Order: sequence, then C-alpha cells, then structure tokens
Amino acid sequence: MNSTSLKARRNFLKKVTQNTAIAATGGLVWASLLQKEARATPYAIRPPGALKEDDFNAKCIKCGQCVTSCPYDTLTLANTSDQIPIGTPYFIPRNVPCYMCTDIPCMKACPTGALTPELEKIEDSRMGLAVIDIENCLSWLGLRCEICHRECPVKGTAITVEHHPRKLSDHAMFIPLVHSDACTGCGICEKACPTDEAAIKVVHPKLVQGVVGEHYRLGWKYDSSITQQYEPEALKKDVPVEAESTGLDWLNTGEL
Amino acid sequence: MANSDSINDQPKMGPNGKPVRPFVMPDSISGKLNVWKYLILRRFVQISTLVLFFGSAHWAWNYNELPIISGNLSSSMLFGFIPLADPFAVLQILATQQSLLTEVLIGALIVLAFYFIVGGRVWCSWVCPVNLISDLAGKIRKKLNIQNAMQLSRKFRYIMLALTLVLSAITGVAAFEWISPISIFHREIIFGLGSGWAILLGIFIFDAFILKDGWCGHLCPLGAFYSIVGKFSFLRISFDTPTCTHCVECTKVCPEPQVLDLKLASSKGYISAGECTNCGRCIGVCPENTLQFDLKLWMTQNNQQHLQAEEASRNSNNPTETDLRRKAA
Repeated sequence: MNSTSLKARRNFLKKVTQNTAIAATGGLVWASLLQKEARATPYAIRPPGALKEDDFNAKCIKCGQCVTSCPYDTLTLANTSDQIPIGTPYFIPRNVPCYMCTDIPCMKACPTGALTPELEKIEDSRMGLAVIDIENCLSWLGLRCEICHRECPVKGTAITVEHHPRKLSDHAMFIPLVHSDACTGCGICEKACPTDEAAIKVVHPKLVQGVVGEHYRLGWKYDSSITQQYEPEALKKDVPVEAESTGLDWLNTGEL
Repeated sequence: MANSDSINDQPKMGPNGKPVRPFVMPDSISGKLNVWKYLILRRFVQISTLVLFFGSAHWAWNYNELPIISGNLSSSMLFGFIPLADPFAVLQILATQQSLLTEVLIGALIVLAFYFIVGGRVWCSWVCPVNLISDLAGKIRKKLNIQNAMQLSRKFRYIMLALTLVLSAITGVAAFEWISPISIFHREIIFGLGSGWAILLGIFIFDAFILKDGWCGHLCPLGAFYSIVGKFSFLRISFDTPTCTHCVECTKVCPEPQVLDLKLASSKGYISAGECTNCGRCIGVCPENTLQFDLKLWMTQNNQQHLQAEEASRNSNNPTETDLRRKAA
C-alpha cells in the first residue's frame, strides 16, 4: 500500500469520525430538547378519550382536526409560547369547557387514535377532575349557591350536595362534593362558578388524587375477609370477595 | 465545460458543436412570464394550500357541508372523506412503537403515492411553506453576493434522517415532528401564532448569511425522506442531450446544483437524482430548451431510441452528433 492510499484512507476515517461526532452531539442536544418539550408540563387538560400522557404525546400527529371539529371552539393547539407540549390539543375550562357532545366529534376526527375510539360514551371520558377550594366556595362559606351541582352534566352523580350541620340552631349548609368515579373533567362547573376566580377547578387527577394502597382494610365495610362482620354468602352477588387477602393477616393468626 | 478554451475570437462551442449562448432575460412581459412560469405556479400552489387550510378552519369553507380540507400538513381530511397524512410523521410515530389507526396509515400511503408519481421533492418546492423563506434568503444572498461561512455535506441530511428515526425510538416521541419548523410554522398560521416565527427567522439567517440552501439543502430530514421517494418517482426533468451546449445556466439557478450532472443526465435522458425538487427553475433559464418536465417511462424510451439511432448511424458510417462532438474536441 503506498502513502497516498494510506492518506486517503486516513482522511476517509477522519471524515467518518467527524460526521459521527456531529451526529452524536446534535443528537444529544436534540434528545434533551425532546425530553424538555414532551415532559415539561404533563398535566394539560386533554380532549375526551386522550390516552395517558406519554402515549398521547407519542401518537398525536398535531394535525388539529379535533380542534376544527369541535362545535364550541373549546380546543386549541399548544403553540411555541404555551407551557404545554407543542402542537398538542388542550383546553382551558374557565374559557370554554367541554360541552360533552354525545357523538364525540373530536375523538372521531382523530386520525391516529391518540383520542381513543374505545371511548363509547362521553360520560366515560376522564379529561380531568373537578376540585373544590372549600375556603372560597360560596356553599362551603354558608351561602346558598350549588351552581356547580346544577350545571353539572352528570348531575347527581359527579357532584352531589350534602347537608352539613353548622352550629346549633343555625341553618344547615348545603355543600357540593365531587366524586371522581363519575366526574369527566368537562369543566362546565368551573365555567359556571360565580366567584371571581373559580372555587371549583378542573385539574389533572394526578395533581390531586392520592392512592390508598392495597394493604389497608376498611374493617367496617363488608368487602374484606378480615372484617369481624364478614358475611361472604350474603354479599356474594354484589361484591366480589377477595380470594386471598394481601394485608397484614399474620397479626390475627395468633403467632405473635 | 469541455471546450471552454477554444480559439479566442470565435464564440465558445458546446460539445454538440453549437455556439454557447448565455441566458438573457427577455424584455417582453410574455417572455418573462415564460421564464417565471413554474415559479409563479409554485407560489400559487404554496399560498393556495395555506389559504385552503386556513379558510376551512376559520371561514368554514366547505363542500357538501364538510370542510374542504381540515387539519394541517401533518394530517388532514380532504372533502371530509379522503384522509391525507405526512408519511414521514407517520413513520416517526411507528418508530416509537405506537400502533396507529388505519385512517392515518391510508392517508400516509395516499400522500406517498402522490409524491411517487409527481416527484418526491415536489413537496419541498411546491408545497412546503418553509420554501418561501429559504427562497427569499437565497435571493437576498445572491443580491448581496454573500459567501458561505461554513461547509457541510449535502449528504448530511441523510444522517439527520437516520437520527430522526433513532431518536424517535429512544425518546418515545416523533423526534422531527416535535421540533420541525415546517410543522410549527404551518400549524401556527392555521391555529394561532406563537413564537414559531423565531425558528423561521433562524432558518432565514442561516440560509442567507451562513450556508447557501442551509436548511432545505443540507439539514431537513423531511427533504431527505422525499429525496429517497424521488429517486423512484415518475415525473422528471428530461434532458435532451443533442441540444445541450453545457452553458451551465441551469446549475446557476438550481437550489440543488449537484443533481445537474450533465454527463449522467445525457446518458440517462433525465435528471435522475432524487434530490431534484422539480421546481422547474432550470427549464425557464435554459436557452436551448434542453430541459423539460416529462414522464420517466417515455424519457427512458426516447433515450433508448436516441441511443439506438446513434448506434445505427455509427454502423452505417454516417457522422453522428457524438462523432461531431469528438471531432470538435
């Protein structure tokens, strides 16, 4: 092998290494940009049927067909100035809530399935969860309001009004309570709330909802094999009885 | 090129034995229009695409009460029943190991088939809104006679293409879609402006002052994707070998001058590189009408006939154009 071909080979290898280096450097910057953009604010209020955030961000092609199909102009696409992952649809309930169309046009317009077609009834959607600020809620302050309860499209299930004794000889309070098993997060309550800043707000469930954990047993409910009033035969038809308790059963086995 | 140093007093001769004529912009309006024909058409298609999307979204332009075209260039619905989708965006989503609905897959195939027929990078020069910015930058660069501030291989876009797919698989989001100036610009025109214009300003400055055709010709992975599609597509710039004098007016206006390899073009009968954007600039400036839009199948056929005729005349000892060229050299 003569010196010129050696030189040519060395130059070639140098060039390959340089290009790889450019690609690697660029790739790292690019990847960190993506991480920042896609994971920055994972708590946007999404249209009905949206998959969980990571899957949604991956699948959404950012075409805005959900936005144009919404008859109430509820949805917007996040632009570069918003704090929400770029190009993805979201809505601000206090501006325009989701009016829960029964035919769910936004979900039908989605070409990729980021808004899943498995959502059959709009009542099953979970766009967010309404949360009441009990310090500023008129009803909780003792006034008669309950507007959120009356406006709620899943009335009587998502928001119920409970009696609450105040003081002896005073009138009772009628306080609204939100139930996460029925609340769709449409935000009509937030839009309707008469306080200056809404005392009921729709937020991403992850921001407010806790998780009990499996090892707690509610002893006073007939749903656990370790309650003292355990009546499995009588309840078998409505409540599934756990085959085996994962809780701290050994406390009751007498081995201590 | 071949005969550039011929005798001083005589006009330069092309390889076909005809004098090299430079391109002169005609004075008449109709002559100018003829030169700018495809430029005007391209601007019309680019702008009307934007207007159609905008009108369907904001002024309820519809056909049978269905929006004419809803969505944007990433994915859309034409007349309410023809799905369209950016095949590269779909490819990136598939690279993140997500399954997709058939609607968007069909849309991507329709778009892919379209560019397969009319030329892959027809997207770049006829539809993509960023082309307006980079063409403007190119014009300013030419006027001010700005030299490149850096060097980068035009093949670098293929590294970007590979990187896009690798990063999509690693990060779990469509890597180019999330930062694409094309998508951001187009989306913000239709769905409300943010600060996406800043990225465009960046492209403009890069193209105008740092690297000629920096974004579209060196970096854009979408252009690289459509270059690969274009390699196999049908509508091409045909190259009529006997008329070409190698005046290289075409390479002066071409945004991808490496595709105008005249030797390769005369052997193939058309511009075969996938990086050709079918913009038609070269057609307007060619003083000999060597370059025209044509379908690949016909051109290959014509070219074969041309070669056969040449072969036949060589056998019968009649001088051919190629022989004349050799003699002139």
